[in-house]
Amino acid sequence: MIAHPGGSRRVLMKGNEAIAEAAIQAGCDAYFGYPITPQAELLEWMARRMPEEGRAFIQAESELGAINMGLGAAATGARVLVSSSSPGISLMAEGMSYMAGSEVPIVLINVMRGGPGLGSIQPSQSDYFQAVKGHGHGDYRVPVFAPSSIGEAMELIATAFEVAERYRTPVMLLADGILGQAMEPVDLRFRRPERIEAAWALTGADGRPPRVVRSLHLVPEDLEEHNLHLQEKFRAVAEHEVRWAGEQLEDAELVIVAYGTAARVARTAIARARADGLKVGLFRPISLWPFPSALLAALAERVRGMLVVELSAGQMVEDVRLAVEGRVPIAFDGRTGGMVPSPDEVVEALRELDTTGLAARRSRRARRRQPGPVSGPEHTHERTPLAASESGHEALSIFGDDAWMPLWYTSPVPSRRGGKR
Amino acid sequence: MSAVAAAPRVVYERPAVLTDVSTRYCPGCGHGVVHRLLAEVIDELGVAGRTIAVAPVGCSVFAYEYLSLDWCEAPHGRAPAVATGIRRVRPDAFVLTYQGDGDLAAIGTGEIVHAAARGELITTIFVNNGIYGMTGGQMAPTTLLGQKTTSSPTGREASLAGYPVPMTEMLAVLPGVAFAGRGSVADPSAIGKTKAMIRKACEAQLRGEGFAIVEVLSNCPVGWGMTAPESIRHLKEVVVGTYPLGVLVDRTGGKRNAGAPHPAPSARATRSGATAQEG
Amino acid sequence: MERSIIFAGFGGQGILFAGHVLAQGAMDEGAEVLWIPSYGPEMRGGTASCTVIIGDEPIGSPIVDHPDAAVVFNPPSLAKFGPIVMPGGVLVVNDSLIEAVSGRDDVDEVRVRCTQLAQEAGDDRLINVVALGALVARAPLVRPESIRAALREIVGRKRPEALEIDLRAFDLGLASASQAPSAPAAQAATWSDVGAAR
Repeated sequence: MIAHPGGSRRVLMKGNEAIAEAAIQAGCDAYFGYPITPQAELLEWMARRMPEEGRAFIQAESELGAINMGLGAAATGARVLVSSSSPGISLMAEGMSYMAGSEVPIVLINVMRGGPGLGSIQPSQSDYFQAVKGHGHGDYRVPVFAPSSIGEAMELIATAFEVAERYRTPVMLLADGILGQAMEPVDLRFRRPERIEAAWALTGADGRPPRVVRSLHLVPEDLEEHNLHLQEKFRAVAEHEVRWAGEQLEDAELVIVAYGTAARVARTAIARARADGLKVGLFRPISLWPFPSALLAALAERVRGMLVVELSAGQMVEDVRLAVEGRVPIAFDGRTGGMVPSPDEVVEALRELDTTGLAARRSRRARRRQPGPVSGPEHTHERTPLAASESGHEALSIFGDDAWMPLWYTSPVPSRRGGKR
Repeated sequence: MSAVAAAPRVVYERPAVLTDVSTRYCPGCGHGVVHRLLAEVIDELGVAGRTIAVAPVGCSVFAYEYLSLDWCEAPHGRAPAVATGIRRVRPDAFVLTYQGDGDLAAIGTGEIVHAAARGELITTIFVNNGIYGMTGGQMAPTTLLGQKTTSSPTGREASLAGYPVPMTEMLAVLPGVAFAGRGSVADPSAIGKTKAMIRKACEAQLRGEGFAIVEVLSNCPVGWGMTAPESIRHLKEVVVGTYPLGVLVDRTGGKRNAGAPHPAPSARATRSGATAQEG
Repeated sequence: MERSIIFAGFGGQGILFAGHVLAQGAMDEGAEVLWIPSYGPEMRGGTASCTVIIGDEPIGSPIVDHPDAAVVFNPPSLAKFGPIVMPGGVLVVNDSLIEAVSGRDDVDEVRVRCTQLAQEAGDDRLINVVALGALVARAPLVRPESIRAALREIVGRKRPEALEIDLRAFDLGLASASQAPSAPAAQAATWSDVGAAR
């Protein structure tokens, strides 16, 4: 055991178990789950630890049971965690929609595996659309945080509870089979967010008017009003809860955009590409919703191209394209079915982008030189500072226990959160 | 008669937790009677201030408008899971689910069976009128053989749609169930017996004896295509043939089978205090 | 600099455990480390493997195209991982169960009679710990003392009565590979050259 400054202990922990323990240390009152690979160790850890702490644990009869137990417990103001993997998350979609509608804070973890259907049990990122574009029915959004190391996942669990309770919303932590199954050294430093007075929670109507936690609003005017209220909340989340990390962006001409395990592959690929003389940086969204669109758009003003790497057939790449709005060529490299791209594959994709990206820029410049109505959009390749204030977004680039330090950009962390860390 | 005038005695009044509003139920519907019985029992037991009830999807989806309690709305069929979650973090609460037959006996079979199997300390009021009322009178798992509904237009045929499901009998065999019984709203005598069963089912929870359920056979004049009096007659003469009335299992008050269904509530009660403070 | 090691064999041969001990030892020396298991529906008897990556910076890719070392416990594992070991790398082969040779002349192929040495240590199941000893003798990834400390930490916590036998198995493996003659061809590239191409 190595003693670290600050007295924290560095231990080797499995992702699923580290996440579970971090949730317990973050003050999780109740956990509900159902066995599914590759997140079963999370359930097993909770089965042992939650009763030790005098807290609630149930292995539910199904994921439907688990998410709805979560709904009931969270409706009383308890801090609740539910976890599963892809096929189980599909079953939980109903509960997520109800909780979004009735504004019940809860944290749900998806340790993603390959799909569709029963798919495989190997790591995947093919549930990006499901997580980010809404799981169940209705107009709603849910904050989604994607860690790329076990240490970061531990920190994000506390953040997830905090955001869930601050906005009265479900929050999803999107991990994958590798993060769940791998072991990494982690510092046993935990954060327990403060409790917010839940003046809506069901505690029994003793000496106060009854409270109802519900999503039903049968009168269209009422439901529209409720939806407008929800949309206002989502705008607030989008404004304040953007999180991302950057690496070697300072001199980057090409950028890889990747999250979670794909970002780790990208990191190795970037080291190899830089050894070959390609100036590549990494932009790693941590909040997948809200997506750091404004920051990517600003970044697009000063690079030649972007390569999106995913463990999917191409899902987040759509949000990157929406953010960049054609400013630079966007390439994609991904594997599906539980396969993980190798660093060399990614380097190859970078080389391809380098060639086509250069070609694209040459042709754009050529078009610009020709006067006429068909000239392309004006682009400046001057350095655009990626300042949070400019975009109006409060962008949090958090690094916590994760050593993915940005070399080029660090945003101020609001003291509200920073002080507690 | 004494010369002193007798003080006026209240023989009938609105239970305190029953709200003073008109319900959305169809004329002649039995839900109102069941609401009242439940309200009377909650008043008598003095548990209104610590009750957290779970509302279903179905005709009684608006139950929270009629009983002045804290309510949580559950997705269709999931009320027992929602109630389980509430129970496990609030051992001091009195937890109820109010469900219809589509909710409990079709889409929510998994949740009710496992809540009962775990012996969750919750009380379920299961209103069985043999039909999906709210969506327009479709066949339910409890619909009688031969009964015409909008989705069994020529009458329920066993070869196509199987047999009526005796949910409460099925649940009664589980050792986690402290009390299971079936009553009806067909006449004052049946209503009185039903209330006694509801009271017993609530007391079972308060004494920590296990899961308790009362199935209440009710009528659906509109869904059954009958007048209200016809539907009551049908309930009394026909429906009880498939669903006999009475106590199905009573393991309360020392009669229960050996083996506590889950950890003693005392440890969790301590925890609940903490949750209440923090929450 | 990152070093990657793959352990592979039948489920039940202690593959994941061997990787875990190596990872723990490396971490205790202050290194960054990532341990990734193959996980599958098989609990025992199927194929199992794990990858350990050791580095001085936080580990990037969990996917290793060419490991610096491989420790193989059964014939299918030799067939699968033997050919992809980095030139100049180390290939520890469980000689008790594998007759075939890799045919590589650019790796240090170390053949260890794992079962016999494990028996000698006192528990013939400890082929994984024997092989770990051999690996550490030939590939200077982690100091032997750190592995012993890791065994004390992991085994001592769960099965303290087995610790002495584990330590003996490790030392026997270590000694056997320290003595075994290197394949002559392996001199063509040395361990310190491995990965220099990156």
